[in-house]
Amino acid sequence: MRTLIDVKKADTQKVKTNADKDVVNGQKNIGLGGVGRSKKHESADKQVAGEAIYVDDRPALRGELHAAVGQSTMAHANIISMDLSAVKAAEGVVKVMTVEDVPGHTDIGPVFPGDPVLAIGKVEFVGQPLFAVAATSFDLARKAVKLAKVEYQELEAVLTVKDALAKQSFVRPPHTLKRGDSESAIASAEHQLSGEIVVGGQEHMYLEGQVSTAEPTEDGGMNIYTSSQHPSEVQKLVAEVLDIPLNKVLVDMRRMGGGFGGKETQAAPWACIAALLANETKRPVKFKLARLDDMVMTGKRHPFENNYTVGFDKNGQIKGINIEVNGNCGYSPDLSDAIVDRAMFHSDNAYYLDQSTITGNRCKLNTVSHTAYRGFGGPQGMMTIELIMDEIARHLGKDPLAIRKINLYGKEERNVTHYDQTVEHNNLSEIIESLEESSDYQARRKAITEYNATSSILKKGIALTPVKFGISFTVQHLNQAGALVHVYTDGTIHLSHGGSEMGQGLNTKVAQIVAEEFQVDVDTVACSAARTDKVPNSSPTAASSGTDLNGKAAEAAAKTIKQRLIDFACEKYDVEAQQVHFENNNVIVGEQTFSFAEFSQIAYMNRVSLSSTGFYKTPKIHYDRASGKGRPFFYFATGACVSEVIIDTLTGEYKTVRTDILQDVGASINPAIDIGQIEGAFIQGMGWLTTEELVWNEQGRLLSNNPATYKIPAINDAPEDFRVALVPNAPNPERTIYNSKAVGEPPFMLGMAVWSALKDAVASVADYKVSPKLDTPATPERVLFAVEALKAAHENNATATK
Amino acid sequence: MVANTIKFLLNNELVKIENLDPNTTVLQYLREEQFKSGTKEGCASGDCGACTVVLAELDTENSGQLTYKSINSCITFVGNLNGKQLITVEDLKEGAQLHHAQQTIVDNHGSQCGFCTPGFVMSSFALHKQNNKPNRAEVLEALAGNLCRCTGYRSIIEAAMTSSEGNQEDSFAKHYQQTLVTLTELEKLPTPTLHGNGNTYIAPQNIDELATELTNEPKSTIVAGGTDLALSVTQNLAVVKKLVYVGNVAELTTIEETESEIIIGSALPYSDFINTLHHYYPDLGDMIERIGAKQVRNTGTLGGNVGNASPIGDMPPALIALGATMTLHLNGTERTILVEDFFLDYKKTVLQTSEFIKSITIPKPVAGQTLKLYKISKRLDDDISAVLAAFFIEQTPTENGQKITNIRLAFGGMAGIPKRGPAAEAALLGKNLTKESVAQAKAALATDFQPMTDVRASDKYRMTVAQNLIEKCYLELQSAHTREVIETRVVNY
Repeated sequence: MRTLIDVKKADTQKVKTNADKDVVNGQKNIGLGGVGRSKKHESADKQVAGEAIYVDDRPALRGELHAAVGQSTMAHANIISMDLSAVKAAEGVVKVMTVEDVPGHTDIGPVFPGDPVLAIGKVEFVGQPLFAVAATSFDLARKAVKLAKVEYQELEAVLTVKDALAKQSFVRPPHTLKRGDSESAIASAEHQLSGEIVVGGQEHMYLEGQVSTAEPTEDGGMNIYTSSQHPSEVQKLVAEVLDIPLNKVLVDMRRMGGGFGGKETQAAPWACIAALLANETKRPVKFKLARLDDMVMTGKRHPFENNYTVGFDKNGQIKGINIEVNGNCGYSPDLSDAIVDRAMFHSDNAYYLDQSTITGNRCKLNTVSHTAYRGFGGPQGMMTIELIMDEIARHLGKDPLAIRKINLYGKEERNVTHYDQTVEHNNLSEIIESLEESSDYQARRKAITEYNATSSILKKGIALTPVKFGISFTVQHLNQAGALVHVYTDGTIHLSHGGSEMGQGLNTKVAQIVAEEFQVDVDTVACSAARTDKVPNSSPTAASSGTDLNGKAAEAAAKTIKQRLIDFACEKYDVEAQQVHFENNNVIVGEQTFSFAEFSQIAYMNRVSLSSTGFYKTPKIHYDRASGKGRPFFYFATGACVSEVIIDTLTGEYKTVRTDILQDVGASINPAIDIGQIEGAFIQGMGWLTTEELVWNEQGRLLSNNPATYKIPAINDAPEDFRVALVPNAPNPERTIYNSKAVGEPPFMLGMAVWSALKDAVASVADYKVSPKLDTPATPERVLFAVEALKAAHENNATATK
Repeated sequence: MVANTIKFLLNNELVKIENLDPNTTVLQYLREEQFKSGTKEGCASGDCGACTVVLAELDTENSGQLTYKSINSCITFVGNLNGKQLITVEDLKEGAQLHHAQQTIVDNHGSQCGFCTPGFVMSSFALHKQNNKPNRAEVLEALAGNLCRCTGYRSIIEAAMTSSEGNQEDSFAKHYQQTLVTLTELEKLPTPTLHGNGNTYIAPQNIDELATELTNEPKSTIVAGGTDLALSVTQNLAVVKKLVYVGNVAELTTIEETESEIIIGSALPYSDFINTLHHYYPDLGDMIERIGAKQVRNTGTLGGNVGNASPIGDMPPALIALGATMTLHLNGTERTILVEDFFLDYKKTVLQTSEFIKSITIPKPVAGQTLKLYKISKRLDDDISAVLAAFFIEQTPTENGQKITNIRLAFGGMAGIPKRGPAAEAALLGKNLTKESVAQAKAALATDFQPMTDVRASDKYRMTVAQNLIEKCYLELQSAHTREVIETRVVNY
C-alpha cells in the first residue's frame, strides 16, 4: 500500500554539518542564511572545551558570600520557635535572615499566592526553607544551617492523593469539561470498562542544579545572574521581595545546564533569597543548591491518579467516556491550575472522545509544590487514554494498534475536541501508517508472538503509540515575545530575544532566522544572554514555544532593519525596491554589489538606524474557561513511536531493544537540533515511565533524593536500534516561523510506547487475554508483580474453563 | 623525614599543593584553587560523571607506559593526585584546534545544554587513549558513568565510536616521554603528606609504614579510591581528621596467581583485576562491569567494597559464595579468615583497631563447580543492587544425575549484612537439581531472610526475586546440561 509519507526518504538521522548533506527535509539551501540547515549548536565548540560559562562558573565577585537555607523537618506543623543563635555564631556566617527581615512581599507565588519565600509561622512540606544564611563559603553556609533549633507543633499531614480527595484538600477548585451526555452514551454502548492508573511524578535532574548570584548595584538595585527559564519573573519577584521598582533589577541569563520546566518557577526562590541576603549585607551572594537540597526543595512533575469509565462498540470505538484526573500539586498552587487543565485538554491524546466528561482535581498534599515539567500535565493526561486503548484491545482480543487507529480523530468529521477546538490538518493516520510500514510493525508483531510462545523466561512486547500535542500557552497573554537586533558597522549582528537557552538550541535557531533574513552567514549573528534590560516583560521559555515566539519576534526586528536598508538603497542609488537583494553575505543594489559589512557602514554614514526591536503575538487563539470552549492551541504537533522491549519474567528486568519514531516538526529550521530534541525527549519520557521512581516515606520525606537512588536513563538504556525521522515535506499549514513546528515537548510523550510495549510483553504470559495492570514508573519490581498477577489470573482462568 | 607536599602534573605542568585541607576534592581544587571551571559539579556524589577528569599513571604492568583512567573528581581527594598526571577538559584543545574527543561531539550534535559534555569528553578521551577504534560495547562501558539529560545518548555514542586512528597526535602524546620521566621521578620522592585546616593526609609506601602509621594513630581513616568515604564529606559535611591513603602501598596493590588461587591486594582498583576474574569466572567479570561505572572502577577497590561492610556491596556475596578468604594485618601480625566471617552486623566487622585488610584470596574453579551471579537493580548501569545473588554449586555425577555436593547461596540486599541462606542450601545439598528441590529451596529461603523495604525495592520484591533467581539458576544449569539454549538474561540481550 502506498502511504503518503515515505519515511525512507526522510532518513535524517545521520545529518551532519557538512554542506553536501545540508539538503534535508525537502529544503534546499541556496547561498547563505541559516534556515533549514543542520547548523551545530551555537555553543557546541565552547561546551566541549569547557569554555561555556554557566552561573557557577562566573568569576567570584569581590566579597562574594554563599547562601544556604535551614529546612523544615516536618511535613505540616506550626513553628513554635526558632533558635538561631548557634547558626549566627557559626564559623563564616555573616548574616542570618528570617521572613521577618524581608522588606517587601513575603509571598512569591508565581500566579496565585501560597509560596512564602521563607516560612511564615508554619511549614507545609519537609524541606521548606525556614531561614537563610550568608557565609563566607559554600560549605560553611551549609554547615551553619544545620545548627538551628526549631520547635514544632505537628499538624495532620495529607500525604496521599486519596486522602486529599477524601478531605477535599485542593490548591485550586475542581474544573470540568463536558460534551454531550457521557453517562447515557457509556450506558448504552455495547461494552463498558472502568479502571484507574497511578502515574508517577518525575525529578527534572537538570545536570546543572539551581543557582543564582545577586550583586547589589549603586542605586539600591540588584543584578541577578541566574539559571532560569523565566528571567522576567525573577526580575519581578526580586523587585517585590526587596520592595524596589522593576527598573532597578536586571536579570541576566546566558545559558542553563538543562531546564525541562524545572527552572520556570523554581529558579526564582533562590534568586530572591540571594537578593535578600545581598541587600542586607551589601555584598554579592551566590546561592547554589547542592544536589540533594535541589531534589528535596524544588518541585517535580505532578504525580497523578486518574480513573475512567468508558463505553465502546464491538469494534472498540469509544462512544462515551468519563475521565477524572487527580493531580498531586503539593502544598501550593504554583502552576498547577494550568498543568491540570493541560492534563484535561490532553485526556484525548489523538482520539475522538465523542460524549465526554473530563474532570480535573488539584489535590493539595504536604509535599514540595509540584511544577512545570516538559509536557506540563499533558503526558499525565494522555496516560489514561492510552491505558484505555490497551484495555479495550485486550477486552476485545484485538491488537491495540487497531483500537488506536479506529479511535483517531477524523479529518472532516469526528474532528472536534472535547474543548471545542477543531483538529485541523490532522496527519496522524498517515504518520501511523508510514511508521507501521517503515518499522515493519506487523511482521515484528508476528515474530514476537512466535518468540514468546517458545521463550519461557524472556518475553518480548511491541507497541505503537501516537502523540498529538497542543502548541501555545493556555494562558493567553503569555503568547507574546520581543527581540532586539543590532547591525554593527562591520556587518556583524547582535541578537537578543526574550527566550532563554537551556540546551534546546533556541539561540542557534533564532540566529539562523536572523541570518536568513539578511542572507548572511549564521556565524555573523551573535546571540547574547537573555537580559531583562534588553527585552522586557518576556514570557517563560516553556510550552515548546521558544522558537515559535522568539523566532518570529527576531524576524520582525530583522525585517524592520532590512526594510530601512532597502528604503535607504532606493533613495541613495535611485533604484526600485525589487532591485535590492540580500544574497550570499552581499547586498545587491541594481548593478552594484556591496558586502553586507560595506553596506552597513554606508548606511551608518548616512544616518540609517541599524537597531530595531521586534514583537510577536500568536494569532487565532482564544479560550473561555467558564464554558470550556475555544481554541487554546494555535496548532497541534504530532508524531508516533514504535518501541520493542524484552522483559525477564523472573526478575522484572527489561530493555528497550528498538525504537522507531516519526515526528512532524513542520519545515524544520534545524533538522539536527530537532532530531536531538526528539531523541532526548523520548529517552526522558521513557525514563519517566520506567526507572525514575520518586519515593516519599510516611512522614512525607523524599527518600529518592539523590542520583544514587533516583535513576534517570543511562547510556545502556538508549535502544541499540534507534531510528528517528522527520515527516518530510510537511510545512506547518499555520503561518508559524518558516512554517516550522514546535519540538520541545511533543516527543516526550513518545515514551509511552515503551510502557505500552512492556504491558504487551507482560500480557503474553496470559496469552494476551488479560490486560496487565502496570502503574508507572514501571520499575522492574512493578513489571515482575504484573507478571505474577497475570500468571495467577491465567491459572485461575485455566482452572475455571476446565 | 616526610615532605608536606603533594606533587603532580596538571596537564603538562608540574604543580605542588601545600597547606590545603586534605578533605578537599579534586573538583573543589580545580574550580576554587585553580579557577578552572570547565569541570562541572553535577551531583558531588560520583553518580553523574559531569566532573570526570583523567589521571595518567605509570602502568605497573608495562613499564615505560602510561595508563589513562577516567575518574570522578568530585569524590576523589586531592591527595590521590600525588605522582600522577591530572588532565582536565581545558587541556585537550591545542590552540583553536579541538581534540578528537571534542570535535566528534560537535560533529555529531552531541551537546545540548553542555553541562554533562566536559565529562563525556573526558571519558571518551580516556577510552581513545587505550583504544582508538572502540566498538559500541566498549563505548557503552566507558561512558555508562556519564549521565546526559538532554540528548538521549545516540549522538554521543556515535561521536565516541568515531575512530581516532591516524588522528593527529595530541599534546599528551607529544609529551609522553617527558611525562614518563617526571612521573618516575615523582615516584622516588619520600612519602607524601598534606596538612591543612588541622587535618592531615599521608600516603605510606609499604605495608610496614602503613601498619606503623595505623598503630600510632589508631583513629586514622583508611582511604583507597575514596568513592564511598568522600560522600561523607561532600554529602554529610563530615571532616576526616586523618586520612591514610593505601593506594601507594606496594603489598596492597598487587595481583598474584598460584595454581589454585587468585590473591588480590585490597587497594587494587577494580579495573586492574576485572580481566583476571573475568577469565576464571565470566559471571563475576560481567557483574563487576556493573559495579558503579568506569570512573568508580578505576579508583574503587575490593578492600573498600568489603571493608565498609555495606549490606548492598556487590563483591561480598560473590566472595562468600566463592569461599574466598581475606588476610588481615595488625602491626606486623597477619591472620586469615573467611570473607563470610568478616561481617558481624550492619556496618560492623571483626576488624580490630589499627587492623586493615591486606588481600583477598579467591579459589580458582575446578571441574563440576559453577558460579552464577545475578545483580538486580532498577537501572542496568551504575546502580546499587536491590538484590545481589551469588550461587556456588558443585555437582557430582551419580547414577541418578547431578548430585549437589557443595553449595553456597549468598545474597546482598537481603539482610543487614551480606550472608548465606542456610535453609535454602540445606534444601538442595545432597540432592539433584529438580523442580521439586528448587521449589523447596525457594520456600526455605523465606525462613533464611526477612528483607526490608527501602527506596530501592520492597521486602516482597526482594524475597520474590531472590527465590526466582534460584529457579533461574536451575534453568540455566539445566539448559547447560541439555544444551537446549534458553534465553534468560535481558542484561546480555
